[in-house]
Amino acid sequence: MASTLIRDGRIQEADDAVLVPLALWPQHRGEPRAGVLLEPADDLATLQADLAGIPVIAVNFPKCTDGRGYSIAFLLRKRFGYRGELRAVGDVQRDQFFYMQRAGFNAFLLKDGKDPQGALTSLRDFTTPYQASADARAPVFRLREGGPR
Amino acid sequence: MLGRYDSRMYRYDPYDQRIVDERVAQFRDQTRRFLAGELTEDEFRPLRLQNGLYVQRHAPMLRVAIPYGLLNTAQLRKLAHIARKYDRGYGHFSTRQNIQYNWPKLEEAPDILAELAEVEMHAIQTSGNCVRNITADHFAGVAPDEHVNPLALAEILRQWSTFHPEFAYLPRKFKIALNGADEDRAATYLHDIGLWAVRNAAGELGLKVLVGGGMGRTPIIGHVIREFLPWREMLTYTEAILRVYNLHGRRDNIYKARIKILVKALGIDEFRRQVEAEWVHLADSASTITDAEFARVSAFFAPPAYEKLPHIDSDYVQGLADSRAFSRWTERNVHAHRVPGYAAVTLSLKQTGAPPGDATDTQMDQAADLADRYSFGELRVSHEQNLILADVRKKDLFDLWLAAREAGLATPNIGLLTNIIACPGGDFCSLANAKSLPIAEAIQRRFDDLDYLHDIGELDLNISGCMNSCGHHHIGHIGILGVDKNGAEWYQVSIGGAQGGDASLGSVIGPSFAAAEMPDVVAKLVDTYIDHRTAEERFIDTVKRIGIAPFKQRVYGDAKEVAHG
Repeated sequence: MASTLIRDGRIQEADDAVLVPLALWPQHRGEPRAGVLLEPADDLATLQADLAGIPVIAVNFPKCTDGRGYSIAFLLRKRFGYRGELRAVGDVQRDQFFYMQRAGFNAFLLKDGKDPQGALTSLRDFTTPYQASADARAPVFRLREGGPR
Repeated sequence: MLGRYDSRMYRYDPYDQRIVDERVAQFRDQTRRFLAGELTEDEFRPLRLQNGLYVQRHAPMLRVAIPYGLLNTAQLRKLAHIARKYDRGYGHFSTRQNIQYNWPKLEEAPDILAELAEVEMHAIQTSGNCVRNITADHFAGVAPDEHVNPLALAEILRQWSTFHPEFAYLPRKFKIALNGADEDRAATYLHDIGLWAVRNAAGELGLKVLVGGGMGRTPIIGHVIREFLPWREMLTYTEAILRVYNLHGRRDNIYKARIKILVKALGIDEFRRQVEAEWVHLADSASTITDAEFARVSAFFAPPAYEKLPHIDSDYVQGLADSRAFSRWTERNVHAHRVPGYAAVTLSLKQTGAPPGDATDTQMDQAADLADRYSFGELRVSHEQNLILADVRKKDLFDLWLAAREAGLATPNIGLLTNIIACPGGDFCSLANAKSLPIAEAIQRRFDDLDYLHDIGELDLNISGCMNSCGHHHIGHIGILGVDKNGAEWYQVSIGGAQGGDASLGSVIGPSFAAAEMPDVVAKLVDTYIDHRTAEERFIDTVKRIGIAPFKQRVYGDAKEVAHG
């Protein structure tokens, strides 16, 4: 069974992106559906000027416990204003989807053999998280101000 | 509603309750998938760790969060119930103000979490490489030397750090402590982040921010990264520190992964520059704390309805005169309070024969009864692994003492040698190199003469079963560390460590010892102190004045066989 791509909350039939490592990106810039594959230690600054023209950026999680990809996603979305597809790849499981989506990812390459339908439900594990991140949610304490005591 | 009292305790609103309830459902499903073979052990490990479940020698260990050590009596009774129903009738209070159960079944863990959620408790982020339980001064709100009660800020930080999406998989665990008093009872200088609630010259509330302290394999005293941070920016500044750490902290070596190593490698000035450069983007944003939220949370920690009482209570004074045992207990276990006629009381969990920090289900119920009767239905867990009743009328102290004695909670040893701080050690923990509990008990038995114990005076003795230093051996006046030598258990001894505002790290006195030697070694250290002390000196003062050489001489003497390593 091949790995499954989940994008914008839907299971995708096919993935047409061609992902190239950051070092090779200058040679592939502008090719149709060409995207960048970032490793956790990559320097985002080298990519900053190019961001508007990149349809997809994948961030590799070599292990699910290597959390650098969350901060990379946050910076791409909030600091550099990246609007294209941000995809989590590597050791990616449904149990990290909720955090990943909050940090800025909108696509996930699910590991082989995992149930994609079940994985979709993990995107809705929590209704109202406490804090702000890269998604549009306000911190709970700002919701409380207008709400009942 | 919980409890019959309006205790000094944060209460969940529907947002808080839903987050905890949804966590229970999430973990129930994760556990189901693991037991059904849909999740591998490697996949499940980080998930169970973030719910406080370790795999121990005998069974999973479940660590339940007690935010900043504060409990109401309904919560303590629930902890007693869990000990009875799911464990073997006891729990272990830890140096992070949490409680640990040593014998739960994995398949029952979701049910335990559901029971905890009923009383507004959880096990969220009590292990794993994430922001752990926020700790604070166990005398917060009642200490005479307190300038700012840090508990509202601690609760706001607890909520912010709970399921923070970006910081659940840090290089290593991350511990934050708050203090608002002159004395540093929360050991803030030995935390990844330490926060001192302070007021500036204009009377404005802010935080002195410390970073990069810690114990473990490389003990380091924290650095001041910011002298005065406006309190509204507590979350944004913490976010900046965590983002720099998450991106740049080492992940190649577990022993070099704490933030202290990054701060040391960069130097505090460069680390500060990076944090401030990040913070510029975050200050004055949606995460800046609002006055309304601070007021809302602070209201939960407002003082209870104290009576107007005289400073000196005649019944109390009479009790002191009548009973030597009572007066000895008050000397050690009763603490000054900021309100006239009141005192704070430590219920000792350091009775000889029971592992330090352990309480039975019955003792927990009894402590809850005492809190309801004498202390507004509220208790605290101290990082010294005892329970505290923070608001006792002085006129009730004698009756409280009698009842606490019945329950085995009145050992008069707070601050003394037998108030041993110890991790569960090799009897339970799979990380440990050596056992700590039998060593604690052997030392307690050696010093069972109360008059002698009180004559020795203040002495912190800490035991850790391994370098992870859960027993905080680095800051014990006498620190004992379990080490493994070719598969055998040995104990390395250090002296001169201290907690508090003049925190210091102990110095190793020499080659390590076998378990059976330990009571003698401690006795020789104490004898050396007694021989050299001046009238006013505590053990730690004598060590600092005369150095470790005389202690070393006494312990090792001319012995030829000291070559244990």
